[in-house]
Amino acid sequence: MESFFAMGKYAAYVWPAYGVSLLGLGLAVVFTMSAYARAKRQLKALEAGE
Amino acid sequence: MASIFEFANPKRFMTLSGAILPWLTVICVLSLAAGLYLGFAAPPDYQQGTTVKIMFIHVPAAWVAMMCYGLMAIASLLGLVNRHPLADVAAKTAAPLGAMFTALALITGSLWGKPMWGAYWVWDARLTSFLLLLFLYLGYIALWNAIEDETRAARVTAILALVGVVNLPIIEFSVEWWNTLHQGESIIRSGGPLIAGVFLWPLGLMAVGYTTLFFTLWMIRIRTEILERRARALMLEAA
Repeated sequence: MESFFAMGKYAAYVWPAYGVSLLGLGLAVVFTMSAYARAKRQLKALEAGE
Repeated sequence: MASIFEFANPKRFMTLSGAILPWLTVICVLSLAAGLYLGFAAPPDYQQGTTVKIMFIHVPAAWVAMMCYGLMAIASLLGLVNRHPLADVAAKTAAPLGAMFTALALITGSLWGKPMWGAYWVWDARLTSFLLLLFLYLGYIALWNAIEDETRAARVTAILALVGVVNLPIIEFSVEWWNTLHQGESIIRSGGPLIAGVFLWPLGLMAVGYTTLFFTLWMIRIRTEILERRARALMLEAA
């Protein structure tokens, strides 16, 4: 298990690459989904108000 | 036959994308899970060592970054020529995603470059043209935000997107036209891929995962924009 995290001698490059990618894709998912939920809520409120 | 123009009808887009999205999400999650598993199970490369694992996220990000720009340009052209409002929406909503995938390709690439080339960054043709891709995306987004009138913003940004298309073949063929430090094409080439199956499988699965993730997010962003426009129309009606 320890050797898995050590990644040969390249842990300092492999893990940041995966970390940054996870962060970037994760933020894209979170932003996209929250904007979608907000738009749905807003439209529902407007349609209910009529 | 359903043409792209039927897809361009907002109402039909909502129905179609609503039907496609669950499947796309499943394919995305499964291929990312399998790709990650096979990627981490793969042995170290005899030259790159374990840094080969960076390739499994670098190449798909770069591929999606370029594909996204191509799609954005096609949508821009359809918006300009055929005046499809949904085409403008498609182009607009693709740009932030494209910028994000471009940034990921650049960062993961530089994290691979340091141990393998000895430098985080070199000004070779592939890296420089890819950096230009990021600036094209950022310029496109800035331009959208700078112009208030939506119709005019769509037209102006579409022209920028189309001009920037020149950069795509430059990125693609930079490794052939110039003597780049970046390696040449090793996957889709005559004579078959130069990569062993044990690396090709995780790479392929991650590419499918990244591509389907892009389309999933893109569709949801287009849906969001359609809902927002509908809400705005309702508010105008009420006012």
